[in-house]
Amino acid sequence: MDIFDTFLNMGVIARTWPLLLEGLWVTIQLGAASIVAGLVLGLGLALLRLYAVPPLRLITRFYIDIFRSIPLLVLLIIVYYALPFVGLRLSPFASAMAALTLVSGAYTAEIFRAGIEAIPKGQFEASAALGLSYPQTMRDVILPQAVKIVIPPLTNNSINVVKDTALASVVAMPDLLKQATQAQALAANPTPLIGAAVLYLAFLWPLVAMVSRMERRFGAKGT
Amino acid sequence: MSGFVSVRNLRKSYGSFEALRGIDLEISKGEVVCVIGPSGSGKSTLIRCINRLESFSDDSAILVGGNRVQPGRSLARVRAEVGMVFQSFNLFPHLTVRDNVMLAPRRVRRTPRDAARQQADRLLARVGIAEQADKYPGQLSGGQQQRVAIARALAMEPQVMLFDEPTSALDPEMVGEVLDVMRDLAGTGVTMIVVTHEMGFASQVADRVIFMDAGEVIETGPPGRVLSAPREPRTRNFLSAVLNH
Repeated sequence: MDIFDTFLNMGVIARTWPLLLEGLWVTIQLGAASIVAGLVLGLGLALLRLYAVPPLRLITRFYIDIFRSIPLLVLLIIVYYALPFVGLRLSPFASAMAALTLVSGAYTAEIFRAGIEAIPKGQFEASAALGLSYPQTMRDVILPQAVKIVIPPLTNNSINVVKDTALASVVAMPDLLKQATQAQALAANPTPLIGAAVLYLAFLWPLVAMVSRMERRFGAKGT
Repeated sequence: MSGFVSVRNLRKSYGSFEALRGIDLEISKGEVVCVIGPSGSGKSTLIRCINRLESFSDDSAILVGGNRVQPGRSLARVRAEVGMVFQSFNLFPHLTVRDNVMLAPRRVRRTPRDAARQQADRLLARVGIAEQADKYPGQLSGGQQQRVAIARALAMEPQVMLFDEPTSALDPEMVGEVLDVMRDLAGTGVTMIVVTHEMGFASQVADRVIFMDAGEVIETGPPGRVLSAPREPRTRNFLSAVLNH
Protein backbone atom coordinates (compact mmCIF):
# COMPACT_ATOMS: atom_id res chain seq x y z
CA MET A 1 0.00 0.00 0.00
CA ASP A 2 1.62 3.26 -1.04
CA ILE A 3 0.97 6.70 0.31
CA PHE A 4 -1.62 7.53 -2.37
CA ASP A 5 -3.74 4.52 -1.55
CA THR A 6 -3.55 5.42 2.13
CA PHE A 7 -4.21 9.15 2.14
CA LEU A 8 -5.55 10.02 -1.31
CA ASN A 9 -7.57 6.98 -2.22
CA MET A 10 -9.91 8.06 -5.02
CA GLY A 11 -12.18 5.06 -4.60
CA VAL A 12 -12.71 5.82 -0.94
CA ILE A 13 -13.26 9.53 -1.61
CA ALA A 14 -15.86 8.73 -4.25
CA ARG A 15 -17.76 6.43 -1.87
CA THR A 16 -17.68 8.76 1.14
CA TRP A 17 -18.08 12.10 -0.66
CA PRO A 18 -21.86 12.41 -0.06
CA LEU A 19 -21.27 11.83 3.65
CA LEU A 20 -18.63 14.57 3.74
CA LEU A 21 -20.91 17.02 1.91
CA GLU A 22 -23.69 16.32 4.41
CA GLY A 23 -21.19 17.06 7.17
CA LEU A 24 -20.08 20.27 5.47
CA TRP A 25 -23.71 21.42 5.26
CA VAL A 26 -24.22 20.82 9.00
CA THR A 27 -20.96 22.65 9.73
CA ILE A 28 -22.07 25.63 7.65
CA GLN A 29 -25.48 25.73 9.33
CA LEU A 30 -23.98 25.50 12.80
CA GLY A 31 -21.29 28.07 11.96
CA ALA A 32 -23.73 30.55 10.43
CA ALA A 33 -26.27 30.26 13.25
CA SER A 34 -23.59 30.69 15.93
CA ILE A 35 -21.96 33.62 14.14
CA VAL A 36 -25.24 35.53 13.78
CA ALA A 37 -26.33 34.82 17.36
CA GLY A 38 -22.84 35.72 18.59
CA LEU A 39 -22.95 39.05 16.74
CA VAL A 40 -26.28 40.01 18.29
CA LEU A 41 -25.14 38.93 21.75
CA GLY A 42 -21.79 40.67 21.29
CA LEU A 43 -23.31 44.00 20.24
CA GLY A 44 -25.67 43.92 23.20
CA LEU A 45 -22.85 43.06 25.59
CA ALA A 46 -20.61 45.78 24.15
CA LEU A 47 -23.30 48.44 24.66
CA LEU A 48 -23.93 47.22 28.22
CA ARG A 49 -20.20 47.12 28.92
CA LEU A 50 -19.82 50.73 27.76
CA TYR A 51 -23.02 52.47 28.78
CA ALA A 52 -25.02 50.48 31.34
CA VAL A 53 -25.32 51.43 35.02
CA PRO A 54 -22.12 50.48 36.91
CA PRO A 55 -23.27 47.16 38.50
CA LEU A 56 -24.58 45.87 35.15
CA ARG A 57 -21.36 47.01 33.49
CA LEU A 58 -19.37 45.01 36.01
CA ILE A 59 -21.46 41.88 35.45
CA THR A 60 -21.00 42.24 31.69
CA ARG A 61 -17.25 42.57 32.09
CA PHE A 62 -17.25 39.49 34.29
CA TYR A 63 -19.22 37.53 31.67
CA ILE A 64 -16.86 38.62 28.88
CA ASP A 65 -13.76 37.65 30.85
CA ILE A 66 -15.18 34.27 31.91
CA PHE A 67 -16.23 33.21 28.44
CA ARG A 68 -12.98 34.33 26.90
CA SER A 69 -11.08 32.27 29.47
CA ILE A 70 -12.98 29.00 29.41
CA PRO A 71 -11.85 26.44 26.80
CA LEU A 72 -14.65 25.93 24.30
CA LEU A 73 -14.40 22.14 24.52
CA VAL A 74 -14.90 22.27 28.28
CA LEU A 75 -17.90 24.55 27.91
CA LEU A 76 -19.38 22.33 25.23
CA ILE A 77 -19.05 19.22 27.39
CA ILE A 78 -20.60 21.03 30.35
CA VAL A 79 -23.55 22.16 28.25
CA TYR A 80 -24.13 18.75 26.68
CA TYR A 81 -23.24 16.35 29.50
CA ALA A 82 -23.70 18.35 32.72
CA LEU A 83 -26.82 20.45 32.11
CA PRO A 84 -29.07 17.35 31.76
CA PHE A 85 -28.44 16.76 35.48
CA VAL A 86 -30.40 19.94 36.21
CA GLY A 87 -33.07 18.96 33.72
CA LEU A 88 -31.82 21.01 30.76
CA ARG A 89 -31.33 18.56 27.93
CA LEU A 90 -30.26 20.19 24.66
CA SER A 91 -29.85 18.51 21.29
CA PRO A 92 -26.29 18.23 19.96
CA PHE A 93 -26.98 21.11 17.56
CA ALA A 94 -28.45 23.33 20.29
CA SER A 95 -25.61 22.49 22.71
CA ALA A 96 -22.94 23.25 20.14
CA MET A 97 -24.68 26.44 19.05
CA ALA A 98 -25.13 27.57 22.65
CA ALA A 99 -21.47 27.01 23.53
CA LEU A 100 -20.19 28.63 20.32
CA THR A 101 -22.54 31.61 20.72
CA LEU A 102 -21.67 32.21 24.38
CA VAL A 103 -17.96 32.32 23.59
CA SER A 104 -18.23 34.14 20.26
CA GLY A 105 -20.47 36.75 21.91
CA ALA A 106 -17.76 37.49 24.47
CA TYR A 107 -15.14 37.98 21.75
CA THR A 108 -17.38 40.05 19.48
CA ALA A 109 -18.32 42.23 22.47
CA GLU A 110 -14.67 43.19 22.86
CA ILE A 111 -14.36 43.80 19.12
CA PHE A 112 -17.43 46.07 19.08
CA ARG A 113 -16.23 47.89 22.18
CA ALA A 114 -12.86 48.60 20.59
CA GLY A 115 -14.64 49.78 17.44
CA ILE A 116 -16.94 52.15 19.31
CA GLU A 117 -14.09 53.45 21.46
CA ALA A 118 -12.08 54.16 18.32
CA ILE A 119 -14.67 56.74 17.24
CA PRO A 120 -13.43 60.21 18.26
CA LYS A 121 -15.21 61.91 21.18
CA GLY A 122 -16.05 64.80 18.86
CA GLN A 123 -18.52 62.61 16.98
CA PHE A 124 -20.51 62.00 20.17
CA GLU A 125 -20.31 65.69 21.07
CA ALA A 126 -21.42 66.88 17.64
CA SER A 127 -24.38 64.48 17.77
CA ALA A 128 -25.35 65.59 21.27
CA ALA A 129 -25.02 69.26 20.32
CA LEU A 130 -27.44 68.72 17.42
CA GLY A 131 -30.03 67.25 19.79
CA LEU A 132 -29.79 63.64 18.61
CA SER A 133 -30.88 61.11 21.20
CA TYR A 134 -28.58 58.34 22.35
CA PRO A 135 -30.13 55.65 20.11
CA GLN A 136 -30.08 58.03 17.13
CA THR A 137 -26.43 58.85 17.79
CA MET A 138 -25.56 55.16 17.87
CA ARG A 139 -27.57 54.21 14.80
CA ASP A 140 -26.80 57.15 12.51
CA VAL A 141 -23.35 58.27 13.59
CA ILE A 142 -21.33 55.86 15.71
CA LEU A 143 -22.20 52.34 14.53
CA PRO A 144 -21.90 53.04 10.77
CA GLN A 145 -18.35 54.24 11.42
CA ALA A 146 -17.54 51.51 13.92
CA VAL A 147 -18.70 48.77 11.53
CA LYS A 148 -15.94 49.67 9.09
CA ILE A 149 -13.36 49.30 11.82
CA VAL A 150 -14.74 46.03 13.18
CA ILE A 151 -15.42 44.12 9.96
CA PRO A 152 -11.90 42.63 9.61
CA PRO A 153 -11.65 41.43 13.25
CA LEU A 154 -15.28 40.22 13.13
CA THR A 155 -14.54 38.17 10.02
CA ASN A 156 -11.50 36.72 11.76
CA ASN A 157 -13.71 35.76 14.69
CA SER A 158 -16.24 34.21 12.33
CA ILE A 159 -13.51 32.08 10.79
CA ASN A 160 -12.60 30.89 14.28
CA VAL A 161 -16.22 30.04 15.02
CA VAL A 162 -16.45 27.91 11.86
CA LYS A 163 -13.21 26.16 12.77
CA ASP A 164 -14.44 25.57 16.31
CA THR A 165 -17.57 23.86 15.02
CA ALA A 166 -15.29 20.82 14.58
CA LEU A 167 -15.36 20.46 18.38
CA ALA A 168 -19.06 19.69 18.12
CA SER A 169 -18.14 16.22 16.86
CA VAL A 170 -17.50 15.24 20.51
CA VAL A 171 -21.19 15.72 21.33
CA ALA A 172 -22.26 13.49 18.45
CA MET A 173 -22.99 16.35 16.05
CA PRO A 174 -22.85 14.96 12.50
CA ASP A 175 -20.65 17.84 11.36
CA LEU A 176 -17.89 17.65 8.76
CA LEU A 177 -15.25 16.26 11.10
CA LYS A 178 -17.63 13.70 12.66
CA GLN A 179 -18.74 12.46 9.25
CA ALA A 180 -15.13 12.21 8.16
CA THR A 181 -14.08 10.14 11.16
CA GLN A 182 -17.09 7.90 10.64
CA ALA A 183 -16.29 7.49 6.97
CA GLN A 184 -12.71 6.71 7.93
CA ALA A 185 -13.88 3.93 10.23
CA LEU A 186 -16.25 2.61 7.59
CA ALA A 187 -13.65 2.53 4.82
CA ALA A 188 -10.78 1.56 7.09
CA ASN A 189 -8.85 4.32 5.35
CA PRO A 190 -7.91 7.89 6.46
CA THR A 191 -8.63 9.48 3.07
CA PRO A 192 -11.97 11.00 4.23
CA LEU A 193 -10.05 12.96 6.89
CA ILE A 194 -7.89 14.47 4.18
CA GLY A 195 -11.08 15.17 2.23
CA ALA A 196 -12.53 16.98 5.24
CA ALA A 197 -9.36 19.04 5.62
CA VAL A 198 -9.58 20.03 1.96
CA LEU A 199 -13.24 21.05 2.39
CA TYR A 200 -12.42 23.18 5.47
CA LEU A 201 -9.63 24.83 3.51
CA ALA A 202 -11.75 25.41 0.42
CA PHE A 203 -14.41 27.04 2.58
CA LEU A 204 -12.23 29.13 4.90
CA TRP A 205 -9.25 30.12 2.77
CA PRO A 206 -11.25 32.64 0.70
CA LEU A 207 -12.51 34.21 3.93
CA VAL A 208 -8.97 34.54 5.27
CA ALA A 209 -7.89 36.13 2.00
CA MET A 210 -10.88 38.49 2.18
CA VAL A 211 -9.86 39.68 5.66
CA SER A 212 -6.34 40.45 4.47
CA ARG A 213 -7.72 42.41 1.55
CA MET A 214 -10.11 44.38 3.74
CA GLU A 215 -7.39 45.14 6.26
CA ARG A 216 -5.19 46.48 3.48
CA ARG A 217 -8.01 48.58 2.04
CA PHE A 218 -9.27 50.09 5.29
CA GLY A 219 -5.69 50.49 6.49
CA ALA A 220 -4.78 52.48 3.40
CA LYS A 221 -7.72 54.85 3.94
CA GLY A 222 -6.53 55.49 7.48
CA THR A 223 -9.90 54.75 9.07
CA MET B 1 -33.60 91.90 33.83
CA SER B 2 -32.58 88.47 32.61
CA GLY B 3 -31.23 87.70 29.19
CA PHE B 4 -32.06 85.06 26.61
CA VAL B 5 -29.07 83.09 27.75
CA SER B 6 -28.66 83.36 31.47
CA VAL B 7 -25.66 81.96 33.34
CA ARG B 8 -25.86 82.13 37.11
CA ASN B 9 -23.04 81.35 39.50
CA LEU B 10 -21.54 78.81 37.07
CA ARG B 11 -18.99 76.64 38.83
CA LYS B 12 -17.09 73.65 37.61
CA SER B 13 -14.11 71.84 38.99
CA TYR B 14 -11.96 68.93 37.90
CA GLY B 15 -10.94 67.38 41.20
CA SER B 16 -9.42 70.21 43.19
CA PHE B 17 -8.88 72.40 40.11
CA GLU B 18 -11.55 75.04 39.69
CA ALA B 19 -12.10 75.58 35.97
CA LEU B 20 -14.98 78.01 36.45
CA ARG B 21 -15.30 80.04 39.66
CA GLY B 22 -18.80 81.43 39.67
CA ILE B 23 -19.59 83.03 36.31
CA ASP B 24 -22.62 85.32 35.95
CA LEU B 25 -23.65 86.30 32.48
CA GLU B 26 -26.77 87.65 30.78
CA ILE B 27 -26.89 87.59 27.01
CA SER B 28 -29.82 89.14 25.17
CA LYS B 29 -31.51 87.85 22.07
CA GLY B 30 -29.57 88.71 18.91
CA GLU B 31 -26.48 89.76 20.81
CA VAL B 32 -23.05 88.77 19.47
CA VAL B 33 -20.62 88.11 22.32
CA CYS B 34 -16.94 87.26 21.89
CA VAL B 35 -15.17 85.52 24.74
CA ILE B 36 -11.41 86.05 24.83
CA GLY B 37 -8.70 85.07 27.25
CA PRO B 38 -5.55 82.99 27.62
CA SER B 39 -5.71 79.23 27.14
CA GLY B 40 -6.85 77.47 30.27
CA SER B 41 -8.91 80.48 31.29
CA GLY B 42 -12.14 78.45 31.11
CA LYS B 43 -13.67 80.13 28.06
CA SER B 44 -14.22 76.89 26.12
CA THR B 45 -15.51 75.20 29.25
CA LEU B 46 -17.97 78.05 29.70
CA ILE B 47 -19.63 77.65 26.31
CA ARG B 48 -19.51 73.85 26.53
CA CYS B 49 -21.57 74.19 29.71
CA ILE B 50 -24.26 76.18 27.89
CA ASN B 51 -25.42 73.06 25.98
CA ARG B 52 -24.14 70.85 28.78
CA LEU B 53 -21.45 69.02 26.90
CA GLU B 54 -19.74 69.64 30.24
CA SER B 55 -21.54 69.00 33.47
CA PHE B 56 -21.43 71.71 36.10
CA SER B 57 -22.04 72.15 39.79
CA ASP B 58 -25.62 71.68 41.07
CA ASP B 59 -25.86 75.12 42.66
CA SER B 60 -25.16 76.69 39.27
CA ALA B 61 -27.89 77.41 36.74
CA ILE B 62 -27.99 78.06 33.03
CA LEU B 63 -31.18 79.06 31.24
CA VAL B 64 -31.68 79.25 27.51
CA GLY B 65 -34.91 80.92 26.44
CA GLY B 66 -36.29 80.32 29.91
CA ASN B 67 -35.55 76.58 29.87
CA ARG B 68 -33.15 75.26 32.41
CA VAL B 69 -30.18 73.35 30.99
CA GLN B 70 -30.15 70.19 33.08
CA PRO B 71 -29.72 66.48 32.47
CA GLY B 72 -32.82 64.54 31.53
CA ARG B 73 -35.53 64.53 28.96
CA SER B 74 -35.53 68.27 28.30
CA LEU B 75 -31.82 68.38 27.49
CA ALA B 76 -32.10 67.22 23.87
CA ARG B 77 -34.79 69.88 23.35
CA VAL B 78 -32.54 72.64 24.69
CA ARG B 79 -29.64 71.34 22.61
CA ALA B 80 -31.77 71.41 19.48
CA GLU B 81 -32.19 75.17 20.07
CA VAL B 82 -28.47 75.72 20.59
CA GLY B 83 -26.18 75.20 17.62
CA MET B 84 -22.50 74.51 18.14
CA VAL B 85 -19.45 74.79 15.95
CA PHE B 86 -16.30 73.04 17.16
CA GLN B 87 -12.64 73.80 16.71
CA SER B 88 -12.10 70.41 15.04
CA PHE B 89 -15.29 70.58 12.87
CA ASN B 90 -16.50 67.12 13.96
CA LEU B 91 -18.34 66.48 10.71
CA PHE B 92 -19.68 62.96 10.21
CA PRO B 93 -17.07 61.42 7.87
CA HIS B 94 -19.31 58.59 6.61
CA LEU B 95 -22.02 60.97 5.36
CA THR B 96 -21.94 63.31 2.39
CA VAL B 97 -21.86 67.03 3.05
CA ARG B 98 -25.59 67.27 2.28
CA ASP B 99 -26.42 64.32 4.55
CA ASN B 100 -24.37 65.91 7.34
CA VAL B 101 -26.65 68.94 7.15
CA MET B 102 -29.86 66.90 6.75
CA LEU B 103 -29.32 64.38 9.54
CA ALA B 104 -30.48 66.35 12.59
CA PRO B 105 -33.54 67.98 10.97
CA ARG B 106 -34.62 64.56 9.66
CA ARG B 107 -34.16 62.76 12.96
CA VAL B 108 -34.86 65.39 15.59
CA ARG B 109 -37.40 67.63 13.84
CA ARG B 110 -38.84 64.83 11.66
CA THR B 111 -38.55 67.10 8.63
CA PRO B 112 -39.63 65.25 5.44
CA ARG B 113 -36.73 64.25 3.19
CA ASP B 114 -37.47 66.68 0.35
CA ALA B 115 -37.88 69.67 2.64
CA ALA B 116 -34.69 68.78 4.55
CA ARG B 117 -32.83 68.42 1.28
CA GLN B 118 -33.97 71.79 -0.02
CA GLN B 119 -33.06 73.42 3.27
CA ALA B 120 -29.62 71.77 3.23
CA ASP B 121 -28.92 72.96 -0.30
CA ARG B 122 -30.07 76.47 0.63
CA LEU B 123 -27.77 76.54 3.67
CA LEU B 124 -24.83 75.14 1.73
CA ALA B 125 -25.33 77.85 -0.87
CA ARG B 126 -25.43 80.43 1.90
CA VAL B 127 -22.03 79.32 3.24
CA GLY B 128 -20.69 79.18 -0.31
CA ILE B 129 -20.22 75.44 -0.90
CA ALA B 130 -23.34 74.39 -2.80
CA GLU B 131 -21.30 72.57 -5.44
CA GLN B 132 -19.63 70.31 -2.83
CA ALA B 133 -22.90 68.85 -1.50
CA ASP B 134 -22.27 65.31 -2.77
CA LYS B 135 -18.68 65.09 -1.55
CA TYR B 136 -17.54 63.58 1.72
CA PRO B 137 -16.01 65.80 4.43
CA GLY B 138 -12.58 64.22 3.94
CA GLN B 139 -12.48 65.59 0.39
CA LEU B 140 -12.88 69.20 1.56
CA SER B 141 -10.39 71.74 2.85
CA GLY B 142 -10.49 72.75 6.52
CA GLY B 143 -12.20 76.03 5.75
CA GLN B 144 -14.86 74.29 3.67
CA GLN B 145 -15.41 71.69 6.39
CA GLN B 146 -15.93 74.37 8.99
CA ARG B 147 -18.45 76.11 6.74
CA VAL B 148 -20.32 72.80 6.38
CA ALA B 149 -20.27 72.52 10.18
CA ILE B 150 -21.86 75.97 10.42
CA ALA B 151 -24.52 74.97 7.88
CA ARG B 152 -25.16 71.74 9.81
CA ALA B 153 -25.72 73.67 13.03
CA LEU B 154 -27.95 76.24 11.28
CA ALA B 155 -30.14 73.48 9.85
CA MET B 156 -31.74 73.09 13.28
CA GLU B 157 -32.69 76.80 13.13
CA PRO B 158 -31.13 77.41 16.54
CA GLN B 159 -31.85 80.46 18.67
CA VAL B 160 -28.26 80.54 19.88
CA MET B 161 -25.02 79.61 18.10
CA LEU B 162 -21.94 78.65 20.09
CA PHE B 163 -18.55 78.84 18.39
CA ASP B 164 -15.66 77.14 20.15
CA GLU B 165 -12.50 78.56 18.60
CA PRO B 166 -13.87 77.93 15.11
CA THR B 167 -10.77 79.11 13.26
CA SER B 168 -8.01 77.82 15.54
CA ALA B 169 -7.49 74.56 13.63
CA LEU B 170 -7.45 76.23 10.21
CA ASP B 171 -4.57 77.12 7.96
CA PRO B 172 -4.20 80.91 7.99
CA GLU B 173 -5.43 81.38 4.42
CA MET B 174 -8.76 79.74 5.32
CA VAL B 175 -9.55 81.77 8.43
CA GLY B 176 -11.06 84.61 6.41
CA GLU B 177 -13.69 82.53 4.61
CA VAL B 178 -15.04 81.14 7.89
CA LEU B 179 -15.05 84.54 9.60
CA ASP B 180 -16.93 85.97 6.60
CA VAL B 181 -19.69 83.39 7.04
CA MET B 182 -19.85 84.18 10.75
CA ARG B 183 -19.98 87.92 10.05
CA ASP B 184 -22.93 87.38 7.67
CA LEU B 185 -24.62 85.27 10.31
CA ALA B 186 -24.17 87.98 12.94
CA GLY B 187 -26.21 90.29 10.72
CA THR B 188 -29.23 87.95 10.74
CA GLY B 189 -30.15 88.35 14.38
CA VAL B 190 -28.97 84.99 15.68
CA THR B 191 -27.57 85.14 19.19
CA MET B 192 -23.89 84.23 18.96
CA ILE B 193 -21.35 83.35 21.62
CA VAL B 194 -17.91 83.06 20.10
CA VAL B 195 -14.75 81.88 21.83
CA THR B 196 -11.98 83.23 19.66
CA HIS B 197 -8.46 84.54 19.36
CA GLU B 198 -9.40 86.65 16.34
CA MET B 199 -9.25 90.15 17.81
CA GLY B 200 -10.10 91.73 14.45
CA PHE B 201 -13.33 89.76 14.27
CA ALA B 202 -14.16 90.57 17.88
CA SER B 203 -13.63 94.28 17.41
CA GLN B 204 -15.65 94.49 14.20
CA VAL B 205 -18.52 92.08 14.84
CA ALA B 206 -19.06 91.69 18.58
CA ASP B 207 -21.62 93.73 20.49
CA ARG B 208 -19.75 92.82 23.64
CA VAL B 209 -16.39 91.32 24.53
CA ILE B 210 -15.83 89.23 27.62
CA PHE B 211 -12.31 88.75 28.91
CA MET B 212 -11.80 85.66 31.07
CA ASP B 213 -8.84 84.51 33.09
CA ALA B 214 -8.42 81.69 35.62
CA GLY B 215 -12.08 80.71 35.51
CA GLU B 216 -13.46 84.20 36.10
CA VAL B 217 -14.88 87.02 34.02
CA ILE B 218 -12.35 89.80 34.49
CA GLU B 219 -13.78 92.47 32.26
CA THR B 220 -16.73 92.90 29.94
CA GLY B 221 -17.92 95.69 27.69
CA PRO B 222 -18.19 96.92 24.11
CA PRO B 223 -15.22 95.85 21.97
CA GLY B 224 -14.15 99.43 21.39
CA ARG B 225 -13.56 99.89 25.09
CA VAL B 226 -12.36 96.44 26.26
CA LEU B 227 -9.95 95.96 23.36
CA SER B 228 -8.57 99.47 23.06
CA ALA B 229 -8.90 100.83 26.59
CA PRO B 230 -8.96 97.86 28.99
CA ARG B 231 -9.36 98.77 32.65
CA GLU B 232 -7.96 95.63 34.21
CA PRO B 233 -4.20 94.96 34.23
CA ARG B 234 -4.76 91.29 33.33
CA THR B 235 -6.74 92.29 30.23
CA ARG B 236 -4.01 94.75 29.28
CA ASN B 237 -1.28 92.10 29.69
CA PHE B 238 -3.20 89.57 27.62
CA LEU B 239 -3.97 92.01 24.83
CA SER B 240 -0.42 93.28 24.58
CA ALA B 241 0.84 89.68 24.45
CA VAL B 242 -1.66 88.80 21.71
CA LEU B 243 -1.19 91.93 19.65
CA ASN B 244 2.60 92.04 19.80
CA HIS B 245 3.41 88.43 19.08
